[in-house]
Amino acid sequence: MPYVSHADIGGCSDFGPVVPEPEGTVFHAAWEPRVHAVTLALGATGSWNLDMARSARETLPDYLNLTYYEIWLSGLEKLLIGKRLVTPDELTAGCMQHAPAPVAQVLKADQVAAVLAKGAPTERAPAGPARFKPGQRVRTRATPAEHHTRLPGYARGKTGLIERVLGAHVFADSHARGLGEDPQWLYTVVFDAAELWGSEATPGHSVSFDAWQPYLEAA
Amino acid sequence: MEDHSELSDVERRVRALETVLTQKGYIDPPALDVLIDTYQTKVGPRNGARVVARAWVDPAFRERLMRDATAAIAELGYSGRQGEQMIAVANTPGRHNIVVCTLCSCYPWPVLGLPPVWYKSAPYRSRVVRDPRGVLAEFGVTLPASTEIRVWDSTAEVRYLVIPERPTGTEGLSEEALATLVTRDSMIGTGLA
Repeated sequence: MPYVSHADIGGCSDFGPVVPEPEGTVFHAAWEPRVHAVTLALGATGSWNLDMARSARETLPDYLNLTYYEIWLSGLEKLLIGKRLVTPDELTAGCMQHAPAPVAQVLKADQVAAVLAKGAPTERAPAGPARFKPGQRVRTRATPAEHHTRLPGYARGKTGLIERVLGAHVFADSHARGLGEDPQWLYTVVFDAAELWGSEATPGHSVSFDAWQPYLEAA
Repeated sequence: MEDHSELSDVERRVRALETVLTQKGYIDPPALDVLIDTYQTKVGPRNGARVVARAWVDPAFRERLMRDATAAIAELGYSGRQGEQMIAVANTPGRHNIVVCTLCSCYPWPVLGLPPVWYKSAPYRSRVVRDPRGVLAEFGVTLPASTEIRVWDSTAEVRYLVIPERPTGTEGLSEEALATLVTRDSMIGTGLA
């Protein structure tokens, strides 16, 4: 089955106007912070990684019709069922029907502050020297990936400049597929808007994104 | 189920999920309470506002912030999840910065808290990379035609914080007073401080 991300929407233009909200408004229903907290707590069990979670969410067939925390809820149910930690009949019944499978750890209240403070840094020791230097012209991979990737569709097959070398980082494309951390050099690559959007681009507009080395070739 | 008729479908799903996960021992309910309290009362854009105000009054801090934002922000006590590697991008009279995550919702939690709905929604994510001036207009912001605009798409685990320009006429204000002028949107780039 081909891999389809419904989240890769940069440059698409038919979603209507942006609706600003006051600064204090983050949640819109009492269940939303609960879904957020449950997602963080289950992430701490080590049953999957952040890239697997993003992959689960972006491949939800109804992604674009769901609110943000509905996406998180559906993604979480999908991960739990995929890892056989819960079963669909348990989610329907609302109670445990099968013995629990072991998880590596369970987040306790007194551990939360330390776990959040530690975070999950993704920088790793590089396996070799960086291939590109700031100022170098590069071209991004033109073909879509058949798996989770962080190369946005709008930036495929485009020529830009390396602006900054960000170190070697856990490679999302490998990590999401359970292929290990596979650290790769990461770069900020900047594109003139005309390269991305052609004649409709406004002068003086540029877009940058952070690209792992396997996305790039010398141009 | 008539006694549950007040619950929406999604509320029922969340309750069912929490119940099963608690019964199976995968989640500890008091830990959820701490997580919820953390992101509702402790972490939010006032943290970032303090970083910006410090950068406005302290040139040495600003220099450290622009060179190594992760370390400089940690000086004020903000670090950790979704802010593990920070980069500060400063607006100037000729250049304006805007941050987005077109692929999901990446956002610097330690300094800005959780993102607003519009930041995570399709209209902003799809359009700001292509038509930043049109999106800014929806926030009531119009920049001179000569101002360069850089849109930063947070595609990896680096998180970006915009340092807005210090408003004119604020020379006499204290750091604390300046922090109250810094809006969340100005630190994303959809507003001016």
